[in-house]
Amino acid sequence: MTKTADGDHADVLIVGAGQAGLQAALSLREEGFAGSIRLVGEEPMLPYQRPPLSKGFVQGTASADSLVLRPRSLLDELRVDIHCDARATAIDRARQELVLLDGRRLAYGHLVLATGSRARRWNGPGAELDGIMYLRSMTDAAALKERLGQACNVVVVGAGFIGLEFASVVAKAGLAVNVVEAADRPMARCVTPTMSALFRQWHEEAGIAMHFGARLAAIEGKAGQVAGVRLDDDRLLPADIVLIGIGGIANDELAAQAGLAVDSGVVVDELLLTEDPAISAIGDCASHPNVFAGARMRVESVQNAIDQGRTVAARLAGKPLPYRAVPWFWSDQGSLKLQMAGLVAQTDRLIEIGSRHERRFSLLAFRDGVFAGAETVNRPADNMLARRILAKPVPLGFAEAEAAGFDLKALAAAAPA
Amino acid sequence: MPTITFVRPDGERIAVEAGNTESVMLAAVGRQVAGILGECGGSMTCATCHVFVAPEWLDRLPPMSAAEDELLDATATERGHNSRLSCQIPLSEALDGLVVELPEMQI
Ligand SMILES: Cc1cc2nc3c(=O)[nH]c(=O)nc-3n(C[C@H](O)[C@H](O)[C@H](O)COP(=O)(O)OP(=O)(O)OC[C@H]3O[C@@H](n4cnc5c(N)ncnc54)[C@H](O)[C@@H]3O)c2cc1C
Ligand code: FES
Repeated sequence: MTKTADGDHADVLIVGAGQAGLQAALSLREEGFAGSIRLVGEEPMLPYQRPPLSKGFVQGTASADSLVLRPRSLLDELRVDIHCDARATAIDRARQELVLLDGRRLAYGHLVLATGSRARRWNGPGAELDGIMYLRSMTDAAALKERLGQACNVVVVGAGFIGLEFASVVAKAGLAVNVVEAADRPMARCVTPTMSALFRQWHEEAGIAMHFGARLAAIEGKAGQVAGVRLDDDRLLPADIVLIGIGGIANDELAAQAGLAVDSGVVVDELLLTEDPAISAIGDCASHPNVFAGARMRVESVQNAIDQGRTVAARLAGKPLPYRAVPWFWSDQGSLKLQMAGLVAQTDRLIEIGSRHERRFSLLAFRDGVFAGAETVNRPADNMLARRILAKPVPLGFAEAEAAGFDLKALAAAAPA
Repeated sequence: MPTITFVRPDGERIAVEAGNTESVMLAAVGRQVAGILGECGGSMTCATCHVFVAPEWLDRLPPMSAAEDELLDATATERGHNSRLSCQIPLSEALDGLVVELPEMQI
């Protein structure tokens, strides 16, 4: 095995230098992998964390530099050969080569796809207008932040996490903000109806106007600039910025064009391996069998990116283990820190601890009599404890939780029954 | 440039020149100090950046927020009176020489 990426060959080639790709490289070295590692990414800067983009970064409290995940000096020391500004355009599976936009061909022993996801675009009337924004990359966020300085009216399309985080920043800055959502409640795919209702109320109290069951008919403009958002009931919401936050699409084209199976994401097995034994996929782009969901799914979260990066690195270093990490997530919306552990959307029984009036409480969710996860608001310890309970080999039954008075600390410390 | 010393549970000491990073957590992950994970990137969500601060340094750190205090109640290694989340300790020249111990476990 070569020690450094030698010429055009790397023992492990990772495409997509984001949260997951970087983690795979770091974990390979932690696992003692001695071969050559190359990390190729299309963005101009070193791998950075995205969560602050819709929070502190647009607000102006976090600098671009502070989001960089690891300094170049560390990557050099760990012999991770990183190429920024390098977009991959094809995989030649027969020759085990990745083809770059500039024509270079990089040979690999193993290829890890960590290409993430991109924002779903608005393709309806007005899509070409200036002032329609997306929030996915540092470039997007910098443009959005700059425009915000001159804006008066903001419309956010989509009441998901990114949309609501951004709307909270906008409201705090004292600008008018309308949120338009096709579903009947915010964050409908990921949180319980109880939590949706509370967040709706709290955001409205903070001055965010929310419109549910509302569909866009068109984005209207004046002289090429966004002027407003027309809803299908003919209402017009004035806007000089429209942020589209209607979800992500997996960057799975490289895999699809190389003949690998894709299903709204690169299809992998529980080892995160595609049908080609020389190609894995991790992070936002990977459609994987998720034990907590009991189904194949794609997850867009820091947790999923980090834990899948670790899982693939362990396998490549000779310790294959299936991906079974407990899902967790956070979303900071103004002064509300929402956190999730496990998957709570499909649950049949909720227990509330703490005080919702003080905006410090948790919902413990049970499904078929078994603890499925927790949603917490401004109670970060509950989230950690819930994760620890979910990580145990034996699920926590409702009766046992009730007998312990739903004391998460005691339940997390208890030996498995 | 402040130098920070991380002491592993087995007593091994790792001195890190913190450069111009913004927190003790970032100084540690920037040098791949095993034992500091910093999974949430400093968003006070993961508690994988837990450290025990050497007693003589405790009073010289900025005070902790209520949220940090609460999260420390749920660390993988039980907290002590000198526990902090290293992502919540901003770096400055005044911290040159800081010594922190690493916990047995972060997850
Ligand atoms: C605004 C925002 C806020 C978020 N907030 C949170 C949060 O609060 N909590 C949370 O848990 N998660 C949050 N997330 C989600 C989290 O950031 C992602 O799930 C995570 O970054 C996924 O890591 P990844 O490596 O799979 O993808 P990414 O980090 O997106 O990295 C993929 C990289 O691959 C590059 N790439 C794609 N195609 C190619 C190609 N052909 N050639 C070369 N390079 C390519 C991309 O440009 C990108 O740099 C947020 C995401 C966004 C956008
Ligand atoms: S890095 Fe996550 S709490 Fe400090």
